[in-house]
Amino acid sequence: MADSADQSGHPPSPSGSVDRREFLNDILGVCCAGAPLLLGIVRLPAQGTSRAYDPSEHLYGMGLDPQKCIGCARCVVACKAENDVPQEPHYFNTWIERYIIREDGEVEVDSPNGGIDGFGRIENPAQVRRTFFVPKLCNHCDSPPCVQVCPVGATFITEDGVILVDEEYCIGCRYCIQACPYGARYMHPERHVAGKCTFCYHRVVKGKVPACVEVCPTGARIFGELTNRATPLARFRRFNDLQVLKPHLNTRPKMYYANLDAEVS
Amino acid sequence: MQGYIYPNEFELQWGLLVVLYPYLTGLVAGAFILASLERVFNVKEVEPTYRLSMLTALAFLLVAPLPLLAHLGHPERSYEIFLTPNRQSAMAMFGFVYAWYLAVVLLLEIWFDYRKDLVLWARQERGFMRWLHYALTLGATDLSERSLKFDDSAGRWITVIGIPSAFLLHGYVGFIFGSIKANPWWSSVLMPVVFLFSAMVSGIALVLVLYMITTMFRWRKIDMRCLDKLAQFLFYALIVDFSLEMLDFIHRLYEAEESIEILSQMIENRLFLSLIVLQILLGTVIPLITLALVSPGLRKQGFLRLPPELRQLVYLVAAVLIQIGIFSIRWNVVIGGQLFSKSLKGLTVYKVDVFGLEGLMMTIGLLMLPFVILWALVKVLPPWGETESVREQEA
Repeated sequence: MADSADQSGHPPSPSGSVDRREFLNDILGVCCAGAPLLLGIVRLPAQGTSRAYDPSEHLYGMGLDPQKCIGCARCVVACKAENDVPQEPHYFNTWIERYIIREDGEVEVDSPNGGIDGFGRIENPAQVRRTFFVPKLCNHCDSPPCVQVCPVGATFITEDGVILVDEEYCIGCRYCIQACPYGARYMHPERHVAGKCTFCYHRVVKGKVPACVEVCPTGARIFGELTNRATPLARFRRFNDLQVLKPHLNTRPKMYYANLDAEVS
Repeated sequence: MQGYIYPNEFELQWGLLVVLYPYLTGLVAGAFILASLERVFNVKEVEPTYRLSMLTALAFLLVAPLPLLAHLGHPERSYEIFLTPNRQSAMAMFGFVYAWYLAVVLLLEIWFDYRKDLVLWARQERGFMRWLHYALTLGATDLSERSLKFDDSAGRWITVIGIPSAFLLHGYVGFIFGSIKANPWWSSVLMPVVFLFSAMVSGIALVLVLYMITTMFRWRKIDMRCLDKLAQFLFYALIVDFSLEMLDFIHRLYEAEESIEILSQMIENRLFLSLIVLQILLGTVIPLITLALVSPGLRKQGFLRLPPELRQLVYLVAAVLIQIGIFSIRWNVVIGGQLFSKSLKGLTVYKVDVFGLEGLMMTIGLLMLPFVILWALVKVLPPWGETESVREQEA
């Protein structure tokens, strides 16, 4: 490596320096070739795919398997880094809850710093009937109350089923935060607009999976198409008993939990 | 904090300013409905408060949107609510309901009611006030019998339209809360109705206090027929309001849905003072008993025949207690709805800031502002006109 590239990682030019005339000629050539592109006369196909991203061809959802979740909260850390979520506690696009169900049926839940700080030792372990972790995030509801209540239409559902917030448009009234039954929204402390999970839309349109899915070491999160049969998500939905959160509110979530305990809310 | 709350729920979204907003609009709607009693339903006893009620409604309506504006994350974008409203959103209707009420109902009605006096004042006065009053006539200085008759009937029709508009204005605020299915404390079909009747209660109580204070400061005699009538209507409105709230309460207890446990905990641990003591005991039960005994609500002369001076004092205390109660209702709805987690597994706390844009000082300032505006309005548009019964008493 040290022989073929300098410190910036660029290969050195064969002669050691670029001739000025040659350089200007190159620039002129690039400009001539690029002008039609810049003017929109010619269109190149999108990088990596044969054609541009078409949201009408997709509908996204996620499968979550609490039995696979080990509560490492790598997903929470990755999400905060990827989406520029404030680092301090109380602002989360996704978080991990730990459920402890005691022998007498009492339910204890905690999520210290969304799970990032790790979960404390369980007191009286002999009294525990069952314990498990539940990853939480925006449910990207098909009938989203947050979208319904937004007075200016700043939060909206995309054609491919993702709930987004237009940060240039949100007036910061916080009505959507009140309307979300899942506590999935927060007021961004610096931008003063509603913040939430975007399903990593900037990655998804490039054919990548959301950051939380990418880093999960146990495959507890499965992202994919809901309408396509030949996907891991379709397989997950075929072979598991599925639940959604708070079904009685008829928000029609697109987060499907496998074999979820009734205690989870 | 107690139990488990979702991590994003740590920060309370709607604070003291959002408590203030329904309180202020409630006073607007209540004061207007009181004014309509005289105008449409011909309750002649309350005539001395007619114009005062209208000006009170206007003063409070002008201030009502300010707490909302101060609370927004991006107040500079608030105009978007007019330009591109989301028609599915209850809150998006705010701009239209507000503009309709301010422009079509209140300003028009006040103008028609005052036009004759504005012309007369402009003729008698000199200097700035002459020009101000003349400008306010908008050039319509015709005082012929026909035009005065038109003023009267126009005013009456606007009031007829104004009553459902006042219902809309405050019922709609109730709907903003009542339609949030995610929140079991708010989600109730009764919410707009409860808001409406509590609005009437607060409006009547406020005008009663204002009428007494302004009359005393003008060294005039209080019209006891008017005051008794106000107390009587206050009593009736309070009964309906309390019954509706009890209905809501009993309905929740009887249905005992999954949220009942956390809501009971919240009432015991977080809302005991504001709900049980301030709202129910001090703000409702004590005024209810007092008014039942003293006012002509149940018996023509009241059960206790108190002398007028003492009766005034009792009414004043009852009305002030009612104001405290109504403010507590708004607090219990707005803050109460955010003190428990939507996971239904824990409670959080609300700490009031003293300073800052959403703090206590700002709230007190915004609460005082309508009175300053009212003072200015009264200077420009004096609402006084002593009724015959007062003139008789004074003679």
